[in-house]
Amino acid sequence: MSSALLSVENAVVDLPTPRGNLRAVDHVDLAVGAGRTLGIVGESGCGKTMLSRAVLQLLPKKARLSGRVMFDGQDLTTLSAEKLRKLRGRSLAVVFQDPMTSLNPVLTIGTQLIETIQEHLELDLAEARQRSIELLAAVGIPAPEQRLAQYPHQLSGGMRQRVAIAVALSCEPKLLIADEPTTALDVTIQAQILDLLAREQQRRHMAMIIITHDLGVVAGRTDEVAVMYAGRVVERAPTPALFKQMRMPYTEALLAALPKLDVAPHTPLPAISGRPPDPTRPLKGCSFSPRCRYSAGRCAFEKPQLCSAETPEHLYACFHPIAARVGA
Amino acid sequence: MMLQAAPNPLMKVENLVVEYSVGGKTIHAVSDVSLEIARGETLGLVGESGCGKSTLGRAVLQLRQAVSGKVLFDGHDLTTLKGEALRQMRRRVQLIFQDPIASLNPRRRIGDIVAEPLVIAGVKDPDERRRRVAEVLSAVGLDPTLVSGRLPHEFSGGQCQRICIARSLVLNPEFVICDEPVSALDVSIRAQILNLLEEMKARYGLTLLFIAHDLAVVKAVSDRVAVMYLGRLCEVGPSEQLFARPAHPYTALLIEAIPVPDPDVRPTQSVPVGEPPSPIAPPSGCRFRTRCPRADARCASEVPELRLVATGQFAACHHPLI
Repeated sequence: MSSALLSVENAVVDLPTPRGNLRAVDHVDLAVGAGRTLGIVGESGCGKTMLSRAVLQLLPKKARLSGRVMFDGQDLTTLSAEKLRKLRGRSLAVVFQDPMTSLNPVLTIGTQLIETIQEHLELDLAEARQRSIELLAAVGIPAPEQRLAQYPHQLSGGMRQRVAIAVALSCEPKLLIADEPTTALDVTIQAQILDLLAREQQRRHMAMIIITHDLGVVAGRTDEVAVMYAGRVVERAPTPALFKQMRMPYTEALLAALPKLDVAPHTPLPAISGRPPDPTRPLKGCSFSPRCRYSAGRCAFEKPQLCSAETPEHLYACFHPIAARVGA
Repeated sequence: MMLQAAPNPLMKVENLVVEYSVGGKTIHAVSDVSLEIARGETLGLVGESGCGKSTLGRAVLQLRQAVSGKVLFDGHDLTTLKGEALRQMRRRVQLIFQDPIASLNPRRRIGDIVAEPLVIAGVKDPDERRRRVAEVLSAVGLDPTLVSGRLPHEFSGGQCQRICIARSLVLNPEFVICDEPVSALDVSIRAQILNLLEEMKARYGLTLLFIAHDLAVVKAVSDRVAVMYLGRLCEVGPSEQLFARPAHPYTALLIEAIPVPDPDVRPTQSVPVGEPPSPIAPPSGCRFRTRCPRADARCASEVPELRLVATGQFAACHHPLI
């Protein structure tokens, strides 16, 4: 995948904890092409956020990263802090779950937008101000000129997230990482924010990574999805194939466990028994095997590697994949 | 007005009004809400944050004082009860919260946490308490001998919610209010807890008020669903019917906005822009009118009453969809 805008190669993130080493990301390979959207799905603690921090080079100080993060022809793991600072915000932008983590509560919306724009682009104050107004209008904020003088606490959660998106888009990034961008928002606002991200992504031909725990969020809005479990990518496929021809039992179980609107009330949900393994006590075999209904034989002591299904784009890590099970 | 056919509802909320004062301004959290819940029924209560659903739950338990209105539990008006009489009644009504970890005292052992309601209720015999604690812990799927001596931090979110459920059941309540019991949990754990609540309901003969923002979660467990918007009830009806044929435009909007885990279902782009107005100054007339595609002059001047739109289904709308 030499044409990819971003490629993560064999990334491993280790975090020292009082209970021993925690392997948050375990040999992950990923690639995103220009203008494409990748969804990363997983439950809390699966490593999806640590992986995105590794891409942004914003890992906790104690964390150790190995592997390569190639972005736009450069290996980010080798760049100096100064070069990284220039890159982040300019061509690599991020939107977090809670907009208050990225917005400064004591600065006005205008100051934060204008500051970001002037930091990265050579515009004078009037031009930067004009651009800020255009951006706020583009993300659907009514009366953008008046908003410039307001502080984050004067806006609702949905409006703050729109501002955070405006800041992220301000320098026309090549890649936008949205880490649970709608989890803190109400369902009607969530739909609006996801529509906004999709629209801006297409208009700007920007690559995007959406990180979420909600399979519903990625279903209609991504080109490709990677499912993570216990630090590893366990299945990766073009979005339609992931939902229609999944191979990994974890993907199947995750979809089945979702309450659905077309099912009658009081129908017992096919829950996944147990819980994810302790990341400081890695399992010898497949991490999902203790909870997997198809687990048998070598699942408990041998780790399945990613291998491809019919198409080279569809990868899964399982000894007993779903479609192949019939007659096997 | 009759909202429900049951002749003798276990819980009946009549014209409940709850207001808060914040910085000299009044927040209209719950405005004139009436509801009935039959014995053995699960009523789901859905709405977005700030719609007053949690405040309603708290006002039912008298953890929030109502400005006016009645809360009739088994025929007794809880709003007029005080002291020992209210404490007696509260034993029959319990509450499960959203954040299971924050609702457990981090310094106390699980056995003591679950036994606390028994201590307060005056069960003096320690053997009797231990027996009851062991029974409910086993019922929620935890081994009493393994967990009783441990502290909350040794458990995951899903296990803490099991402990909270055990604590709420130890006094054999009749009515349990579940306030967003699964929204802090991961998908794989959420299904376990929803199934557990259903099992407990059958085993202990419970009546539930299930408050949540997630429609699919609410539908999974509820016989009937009530939809709230900005302090008022928009629609009440049997779950299946309400989701198949919503009458209130707000219910329809909520259903439409749910992301569907199916790549063939293109996300709808028709969700109107706009956000819920402030409960400090709710719109006149119908509170949803500022975001409603069907709103007209009448909606601004006249508060719509809940009216029968189909069998068992009521909607508060001047221009219902059915």
